[in-house]
Amino acid sequence: MGSLALTGAIPVLVTTFLASTVEAVEMVTIVVGVGAARGWRSTLVGVGAGFAVLLAVVAVLGVALSSIPIGPLRLLVGSLMLVFGLQWLRKGVRRVAAHGLAGLKFRQPEPPEFTGSGFDWLAFVLAFKGVVLEGLEIAFIAVSLGASTNRYDVAAIGAVAALVLVGGVGAAVHSLVRQVPRSLLQLGVGVLLTTFGTFWAVEGLGVDWPGGDAAILWLLALYLLTAVTFIALERRRAFGFDPAT
Amino acid sequence: MTALRVVGSGIRGFLRFWYAFIVGDDWTVAAAVVAGLLVTALLSLNGAPAWWVMPLVVIVAIGESLRRASHRR
Repeated sequence: MGSLALTGAIPVLVTTFLASTVEAVEMVTIVVGVGAARGWRSTLVGVGAGFAVLLAVVAVLGVALSSIPIGPLRLLVGSLMLVFGLQWLRKGVRRVAAHGLAGLKFRQPEPPEFTGSGFDWLAFVLAFKGVVLEGLEIAFIAVSLGASTNRYDVAAIGAVAALVLVGGVGAAVHSLVRQVPRSLLQLGVGVLLTTFGTFWAVEGLGVDWPGGDAAILWLLALYLLTAVTFIALERRRAFGFDPAT
Repeated sequence: MTALRVVGSGIRGFLRFWYAFIVGDDWTVAAAVVAGLLVTALLSLNGAPAWWVMPLVVIVAIGESLRRASHRR
């Protein structure tokens, strides 16, 4: 009986950990990108508020969590991320086209876009939404796997371990991300938000992506290629020269 | 009266924030996203493949927005 429980626990732990890692990577990517581009104070407040809401939802609903309609939530958050991501992608393309990769060689950190004395609600909202949506998905994974095997404790450990590990990696690399020039950072975060926004909004409508979650990778490649192409076109339009020269 | 003014200013600030977040400086991009999502939903409801619509909308919308912006310069 003990050995059966053990063989049941390890697959639940590994599966929850791996599935949660995918969602945690999405969450941390958004938070690190927004924090590096806009500044950390409001971003971290957004992360804290997101986790507070998440904990409250998990505490109140418990295993009934799986009854939350994730589709409409994905559609709402995905659409908002998409329209905002497109604004940054557009601005990023124009800035990189105008200034090139100035600042990259010398690795001088640039000040964040938001330098006001007040609170940066934009950074707060982006970080908050990323944490709540991805956090809920991690909670769904833990609840579903826990329910199917009756091992909620093991599933919860797997989910929390994934969050801690990926969060730790994000915290370790954030200082490297801060060295990237702001124009390039805005372009990169714009591409990321557009990628996740497209993926979630379409999934929220109940449409399946070819390749499932792997579609995030080809969407990312497609939008990166699109950005590089538009930078080349913008430079040709503005300066009348070949960007390769 | 002062409380009303504070509430009014808060509501205006709230609306301004969401307008800037969603519409930004080119309303056509947000409109294209909404139209693309509607087409995606319609295709999906009719059982047709619909995943390709939004990537196409994104590329066309950003290209058009950049073209118009550079013509305004």
